Amino acid sequence: MAPDVPGTAEPAPRPRRESSSRPRRNLTTAFVVSRIAVLAVAAAILLYAVPPLAAAGSWFGLWVLGAATAVIGYLYLTRRFIPAKYLVPGTLFLIAFQIFPVLYTMTTAFTNFGDGHRGDKQAAVVAIETGSVRQAPGSPEYALTAALRGGELVFLLVDPDTKQARLGTAEGLEPLAGAQVGITGKVLSAPGLTVLKAPEAAARAKDISALSVPTPDGAIKANGLSRAVEGKAALVYEPACDCVRGEGGPWTADEGQGYFVNAAGEHLAQGWQVNVGFDNFARVLTNPTISGYFAGVFGWNVVFALASVAGTFALGMSVALALHHPRMRGTKIYRIAIVLPYAMPAFAMLLIWRDMFNRDFGLINQLFGLNVDWLGEPLTARFAVILVNLWLGFPYMFLVATGALQAIPRELTEAASIDGATPWKGFRKVTLPLLLVALTPLLISSFAFNFNNFNAIALTTDGGPFPAENPQVGATDLLITYTFRLAFGAGGAQFGFAAAVSVFIFAIVAVISATAFRRTRKQEEVYA
Amino acid sequence: MSKRALGVAAFASLAFAATACGGSDPAAPSAAPSGSAPASSPAAAGGGTLVIWADPNRVKALKPFADQFGTENGVSVEVKEISKDNQTVFLTASQQGSGPDVMVGAHDWIGNLVQNGAIDPVNLTEEQKSSFSPIAMKAVTFDGQVYGAPYAVENIALIRNTDLAPDAPASIDEMVKTGKKLKDDGKVEEILCLPVAQKGDAFHAYPIFASGGGALFGTTASGDPDPKKVLLGSEGSVKAFGKLKDLGEKGDGALKTSITNENYITSFAGKKCAFLISGPWAMTDVKKGGFGYDITPVPAFEGGEPATPFVGVQSFFVASKGKSKTLAQEFVTNYVTNKDVAKALYEADPRPPALTETLEEVKAADPDAGKFMDAGKDGMPMPAIPEMAAIWEPFGIAEAAVVKGGDPAKAAAAAQKSIDGALKN
Repeated sequence: MAPDVPGTAEPAPRPRRESSSRPRRNLTTAFVVSRIAVLAVAAAILLYAVPPLAAAGSWFGLWVLGAATAVIGYLYLTRRFIPAKYLVPGTLFLIAFQIFPVLYTMTTAFTNFGDGHRGDKQAAVVAIETGSVRQAPGSPEYALTAALRGGELVFLLVDPDTKQARLGTAEGLEPLAGAQVGITGKVLSAPGLTVLKAPEAAARAKDISALSVPTPDGAIKANGLSRAVEGKAALVYEPACDCVRGEGGPWTADEGQGYFVNAAGEHLAQGWQVNVGFDNFARVLTNPTISGYFAGVFGWNVVFALASVAGTFALGMSVALALHHPRMRGTKIYRIAIVLPYAMPAFAMLLIWRDMFNRDFGLINQLFGLNVDWLGEPLTARFAVILVNLWLGFPYMFLVATGALQAIPRELTEAASIDGATPWKGFRKVTLPLLLVALTPLLISSFAFNFNNFNAIALTTDGGPFPAENPQVGATDLLITYTFRLAFGAGGAQFGFAAAVSVFIFAIVAVISATAFRRTRKQEEVYA
Repeated sequence: MSKRALGVAAFASLAFAATACGGSDPAAPSAAPSGSAPASSPAAAGGGTLVIWADPNRVKALKPFADQFGTENGVSVEVKEISKDNQTVFLTASQQGSGPDVMVGAHDWIGNLVQNGAIDPVNLTEEQKSSFSPIAMKAVTFDGQVYGAPYAVENIALIRNTDLAPDAPASIDEMVKTGKKLKDDGKVEEILCLPVAQKGDAFHAYPIFASGGGALFGTTASGDPDPKKVLLGSEGSVKAFGKLKDLGEKGDGALKTSITNENYITSFAGKKCAFLISGPWAMTDVKKGGFGYDITPVPAFEGGEPATPFVGVQSFFVASKGKSKTLAQEFVTNYVTNKDVAKALYEADPRPPALTETLEEVKAADPDAGKFMDAGKDGMPMPAIPEMAAIWEPFGIAEAAVVKGGDPAKAAAAAQKSIDGALKN
């Protein structure tokens, strides 16, 4: 690596520069430092990430990491590939933060990943077996001392009732002669055996939990370091029939749902993740509680997003125009005041607004002497969330409109007024179209953001108010809050289903945005 | 210039990548340390590490005992604070192998943790089992197995301002009458401080609902709640929703959607109401109110069923995917069941201890703890079955709807339908 590092290769470029017709840049200190820094960071990431990946046996991850680091190293150590030097970092980030999450969401949508189906089948079998181990009825609570017989770990077990000491090995129980039992009921010493002290036993914790002493009724296993319990698994997996035998069984593995099911159609609690094909998508389309309310929720969702964008834009632009006026004084102070709502954490503001709308204790009713149940009636609740969103959103529009206004030459409006246009006409025909050319993409992205504005609803009304006859869909529910409730409210977390819903919402927003952008392009052609 | 800009940009983006990598696994706060610790500290170097996760209140109280446990057993013990979404964080981290060995949490997580294979049964001796209050043991028992070592029991009770209402009401009816009179006399602004809010509050409403004859689930043969038999739409529940409606905004005005979780305790502490239905967590604020108070069980309707509150039990769980399971079992079964630990946890966060002996000790200094415990004596352990997740929201919405004057039969039927739909009954 050393010969190619720009710092050490400094003398080399000079003769080449004379012979080559292409101009070469001088190596500045900043250039060298920045390049070393880039490579150092890349190497640091490599060193940081390799041990955990290797420990986890994630060879594919290691390969990707190694390849990415090698590409970065190669790119920045050569003088060639100038465009790639610009493109590669961005591309890597595009893959890591855009493409990978989208692909991951899409693949999750085809599984039943969620509560009860988080792990693989083997983990489910282990959980089923350990969860079913019951203490043998009437069996003693052995006091346990771990000991070594030669190199082999053994259990010294004392029955607390009879004070009789026994030796437990992987072969079974046998009597233990000559053991000295202490006041705590544990074996202190025994001939031919090395008793392990607490720290020594703790050091062998893994061996202790692995040792199982067979008995006629089951097996004795350690329960911690000082007790042992005789228990028996009520459920046991048999690979031959791919089923779990025992209580209520046999439970046969159903790879379609990722559960062990019995003849009565019941299933064991612990399931595993399986591929369910298009089930999640089908559920979105065919479930009557989803499809039945879709139109209503979608309609309000569009109204909410449009009202939010139109309202914030109108207010933000008006304020920007007012402050843009040449005779306006104290603009800095106004600007600071106006940007404040934008600077405060929206999360906290939404909760404060929710409490201000409280009928009996809220500021709004107290201030105006009203008794309106703002968030309790569909119409007022809808009005309230739009109002809150307007307050939160207009500073952003003010900022971007201010920026765009400054880019419009004042001569244009002056020319219009000399030509006899009223200020309103000048605004309508000159300023607004030019503003829109600059701001339409932002308006579209603002629409897409508000279309999925989960916080604005979840933290104020949480979808409510709900009619008495329908606890599923509230008056202010957006598609995202409504489906969040379906995916995470009732049945625990259903990530697979939630992913399928996200794919649908993504499609909706993408179609709306794409259409809007297409129209904008036409508009730009007119005004540009 | 352009190359320089490129270098700076690349550096910035890579630095961002480094921070993003570090920040991309908030669900697994101890991913790197706990993942590498067992590998780097083989048995010879010591006994290994025991990792405990708890909420911020518990961490401070646990630390000295955890350290003592570590010294006694020659292991290092790490107590880590998890402040938000503890159950989800625990599940996600367990799944990817970076979870703790011992988790502290509420007993109603058990069903979900079990179906995700995240916790192991805990073997307590008969003697240990009988040292806990019976309701605590009942709560941590799921499907016939004990899944946690309980340490604190919490439930709601009726807290009353004795300056305004000297006598404990014998029934809900009497409480409402007293409250109304106080309101008419201008001494208070609200009859009862019980959070309803726009989406209802099943936890706080449950005693009244139960007293009105309502029920959530039928019971299975083993006495557990039966998720196949949802009773929210049953005749008894419709009647109970009717009672809630009578107490609601179009009736007595005792239940109001404007009283929320944010304002109900402060309203009581500010003498805006004479009656508060809340739990031990309200006591800090109540004491600041500077008036006489008493804690009694939530009363029932005249001639109604008992007003059983939900009982929640804070417990220690042994993580199935922990790396030091033997140590975790030792800690949970033989160490935290110790009364000194229970006392220290009580002092860190005064919730009534689950160990009867500690409770007796605590009662002497703090009678409130005993009074809360008495109020919850006949309570119903919050159902730990995973299906309970499907109940909360529809129940709350039905409650809010009837409190606003909606039709109880319609609200109950809708809640039943939506829950059955979610549970695929």
